[in-house]
Amino acid sequence: MAKFSAPASAPREVLLVEDSPGDVRLTQEAFLAANRAVRLHVVADGVEAMAFLNRSGEHAGAPRPDLILLDLNLPRMDGREVLRRIKRDAALKAIPTVILTTSEAETDVSGSYQLQANCYLGKPVHLEAFEELVESINDFWLTMATLPQQH
Amino acid sequence: MPIEVLLVEDNPGDARLTREAFRAANSDVHVSVAADGVEAMTFLRQEGAFSRAPRPALILLDLNLPRMSGREVLASIKQDENLKAIPTVVLSSSDAAVDIDMAHALQVSCYITKPTLSDDLDRVVDRINDFWLRHVRFPATAVN
Repeated sequence: MAKFSAPASAPREVLLVEDSPGDVRLTQEAFLAANRAVRLHVVADGVEAMAFLNRSGEHAGAPRPDLILLDLNLPRMDGREVLRRIKRDAALKAIPTVILTTSEAETDVSGSYQLQANCYLGKPVHLEAFEELVESINDFWLTMATLPQQH
Repeated sequence: MPIEVLLVEDNPGDARLTREAFRAANSDVHVSVAADGVEAMTFLRQEGAFSRAPRPALILLDLNLPRMSGREVLASIKQDENLKAIPTVVLSSSDAAVDIDMAHALQVSCYITKPTLSDDLDRVVDRINDFWLRHVRFPATAVN
């Protein structure tokens, strides 16, 4: 069904907020394999994530992401604070924000949902499981879900 | 331990197809159905006839409902400190931008446009099951 798949030409802007270079590389490679239309933008800490989202400084020309993948443990400003700021900002709160973290702490899981994270995913340690998860994120969020239209 | 899903759907045919699709996809899932928005909120607040209702891990919400619309249900869930953490997925035949943007502004977890063919509904339920019930972590309160 054409309805379930975006046209190959329509780029999907995904913002990955991740400080581990290894995880960044795995995510980039997995998206490259899953969906050529994805343009993955990477920022390494929470301060840079907010600058990207607010298009400030060197991020003045940044696109509005269709989806945000947010790690929780980050330098300078952690993912919990980034999530709080996104979901309190009328201009940003509609952007689906998926937590992708190694934290299994219940306070992080329930705290993220209380702050209106769209969903919470544990980051797998094994390569194959990681690739499968990125594929699932792509299948569900970028092909099945209907994302907000406003840009 | 069953995974509790609350389906808020006024069309009995769609409710039945969704329930059957979950049964085929994942035998651990237990689907409860509320046929309108008032019933959904009564279920979620465990009031009246629903005093023993389980707390759902996931809510699937149609938008066009009698008595209280899906939009009002979503707003009520998200204004309630005890309910706002429950992931709520809109499953609606509407693909109007105004509905999609409204749901996201109200902090829907995600919005899925309901297909018209029953085979496609099976596929949607499969994908919801694969992503939400196999990959996503839920707060511990969801399984109590």
